[in-house]
Amino acid sequence: MRHIVSIMLENESGALSRVAGLFSARGFNIESLNVAPTNDETLSRMTIVSIGDDNIIEQIVKQLNKLVDVVTATDLTSYEHIERELMLVKLSINQDNQADIIKQIDYFSGKIVDASEDTYTIELAGQSKSLDAFIELLDESLIIEVSRTGVTGVLKGTNNN
Amino acid sequence: MMLNGAEILTNSLIEEGVEYIFGFPGGAVLHIYDALNAQDKMTHVLVRHEQGAAHAADGYARASGKPGVVLVTSGPGITNAVTGIATAYMDSIPMVIISGQVPSPLIGNDAFQEVDAVGITRSCVKHNFLIKDISQIAVTLKKAFHIATTGRPGPVLIDIPKDITIGLSENQVYPNTIDLRSYKPHNDIDKEQINKAVESIISSTKPIVYSGGGSVIGNAASELRKLTRDLGLPITQTLMGLGAYPANDELSLGMLGMHGTYEANMAMHHSDCVIAVGARFDDRVTANIEKFCPNAEIIQLDIDPTSIGKNVAVDIALVGDVKATLKELIRALNGRSKSDISKWWSQINDWRKKKSLDYKKEEGVIKPQTVIETLYDVTKGEAIVTSDVGQHQMWAAQYYLFDEPRRWINSGGLGTMGFGLPAAMGAKLAVPDRDVACVTGEGSIQMMLQELSTMLQYSTPVKIVNLNNRYLGMVRQWQEFFYEKRYSMSYMDALPDFVKLAESFGHVGILVEKESDLRPALVEAFKLKDRTVFLDIITDQKENVYPMIPSGAGHHEMLLAGEDDMVSTNDEGLNLV
Ligand SMILES: Cc1cc2nc3c(=O)[nH]c(=O)nc-3n(C[C@H](O)[C@H](O)[C@H](O)COP(=O)(O)OP(=O)(O)OC[C@H]3O[C@@H](n4cnc5c(N)ncnc54)[C@H](O)[C@@H]3O)c2cc1C
Ligand SMILES: Cc1ncc(C[n+]2csc(CCOP(=O)(O)OP(=O)(O)O)c2C)c(N)n1
Ligand SMILES: [Mg+2]
Repeated sequence: MRHIVSIMLENESGALSRVAGLFSARGFNIESLNVAPTNDETLSRMTIVSIGDDNIIEQIVKQLNKLVDVVTATDLTSYEHIERELMLVKLSINQDNQADIIKQIDYFSGKIVDASEDTYTIELAGQSKSLDAFIELLDESLIIEVSRTGVTGVLKGTNNN
Repeated sequence: MMLNGAEILTNSLIEEGVEYIFGFPGGAVLHIYDALNAQDKMTHVLVRHEQGAAHAADGYARASGKPGVVLVTSGPGITNAVTGIATAYMDSIPMVIISGQVPSPLIGNDAFQEVDAVGITRSCVKHNFLIKDISQIAVTLKKAFHIATTGRPGPVLIDIPKDITIGLSENQVYPNTIDLRSYKPHNDIDKEQINKAVESIISSTKPIVYSGGGSVIGNAASELRKLTRDLGLPITQTLMGLGAYPANDELSLGMLGMHGTYEANMAMHHSDCVIAVGARFDDRVTANIEKFCPNAEIIQLDIDPTSIGKNVAVDIALVGDVKATLKELIRALNGRSKSDISKWWSQINDWRKKKSLDYKKEEGVIKPQTVIETLYDVTKGEAIVTSDVGQHQMWAAQYYLFDEPRRWINSGGLGTMGFGLPAAMGAKLAVPDRDVACVTGEGSIQMMLQELSTMLQYSTPVKIVNLNNRYLGMVRQWQEFFYEKRYSMSYMDALPDFVKLAESFGHVGILVEKESDLRPALVEAFKLKDRTVFLDIITDQKENVYPMIPSGAGHHEMLLAGEDDMVSTNDEGLNLV
């Protein structure tokens, strides 16, 4: 099962490597990892997507909470939550495919943020699975590069972590 | 008043109540050594190798319950200490390690004697700090001691660049208490879980207490005894838990696990209610996890949520401090009538009749088991016994019947050869009035021999009981059982003359080759109150540790001495260590 774990982390040097080190030392997998400052300058939020059965995810959350720099660690997937990911995709374009690609971008509510004679760079935000779907619909040979931020998320409603 | 960083550091250590620092100097910590020289509240013990410093601090901590303190220089100083830090980490021992670092502006430049101490130790400390600002010295020390000693204890490292020790600052008040928003050890008790545990215990007809190192670390021996005796429960203890419950007591079934007793393992296997107290279901204890306690409801009491349900699914989790939680459990059980367990006891007493620790004496050789039994006799069971790692460690655990906690000091989780001697030195400093024996093997002792020199300098008289079987015996045993007697590299040729060696370090050496000399030699050694005595005891070369659960087998599939000659294991078993 895919789980999204949201971590509030002391903004200390080395805190990131503690979390990353925990995952590698204990053999937990990381699908994506995203970390950035929050409105509280002493805290960062890290969001990790991991795949594992319930026991493994329970150990991950417990092990994270045990790290001294971790203030809270929550498995968002066990609550109602919002998840988003941002992606930039650079594509080669030509006269034959241009129209179809623009249709696809519109359909996914994407934006062309950079264009050259032979390329488009497209910005797309949404749930990871819709970003996956966008990629899958493209002719693979057109893709020059893909850069994704990894998932970030929050709990729905008045709850926070 | 303006002080330099090194002075603030040493003042903080004094404020914390530190008595002993185990350390070794070098460039990055010279300012700290200068500040140490100017005070007389703390004694610095100059070890001969930084690994010895960490083990000595560890032995001090295990014997006293107080945190051990280590001071080492940057680079090779801290890398040498890593084995000792990892040893303490695996057994949850409180320790604070201060390592010097190259000056802040040079960090990252591959400066002389630079290593990333925080990075290297990250996975074997509870937490670590790099001090970047002189104003943070006192508060970081307080944080380190707080984290090391509360919750599930463990080592905490402080890396301090040389320029921070030299710089000047206003005097810093050492905080009395500290509150960290991201570190809150669990200390509330879940009443609902307690009630569930009570129901499970009173309705059980085959209960057993399985107690571990947490009962020692959490100073809960008296609560553990009360719970067990109030209900008349059978109790087994892990290697790390020995002594919390007296081994001589009739309710005690001895140690469980790979080299545990037949009755302890059989009782675990057949139990319907296992009460785990500060024990972490280690693989040496559970044996084949698929065959572990097939019929039991498992209640686990532990302060660390990650210990619960990690290896074995747990039915009732009591997260919290062992002492407080046991008190609550005892209170909740008070007055409740429980199931009759007399049938269970008669079954256990039948298992006891196997006498799984019996061994055959042989004419002309000294049996290692006899040495430990005699050591027990001569010290009336009241010594602190440290050990190294190997067969001798198991025999010490099996035949020295520990009746009190903090008397048995060994490396269980990491299994570090070389631990025993420096740990004995630390324990002797912590409890100077008690006899301290170090049970070791000719292999292990050679890993930390140099500390004999430190022991002379600081007058820490210890009796070293070297079970000299001329083999890396534990390795030899596995090769005999599982590798068709191909004894690859488990025989040590060209051993030193340990008696002369001890004498060259200024200690007393005694060679024991005949069983009739054993008791007199031990008696004489313990009479020499203020001398370290090295007893080199030539023991049976081919003796094995029994009973044994071969890798891959279950608790009910033990191998007993004399019953089975050849052991086999399956491929899955061979994969295990
Ligand atoms: C050669 C060799 C052979 C071995 N054979 C055996 C064997 O046959 N049998 C055996 O038992 N071991 C054996 N061991 C030791 C084994 O490797 C483990 O170290 C040991 O079993 C772990 O003991 P424990 O479960 O008591 O846990 P410890 O490592 O002592 O852990 C203590 C537990 O208590 C918890 N705790 C700490 N403080 C508190 C508190 N205040 N309140 C509540 N909980 C607390 C901790 O969170 C932790 O979960 C062997 C080791 C070696 C080197
Ligand atoms: C530092 C270290 N290296 C290797 C081992 C693996 N090992 C475990 S027991 C043992 C043999 C110990 O020999 P000795 O000290 O003579 O004790 P004996 O088993 O003979 O009693 C070895 C090599 C270890 N535990 N620690
Ligand atoms: Mg040996």
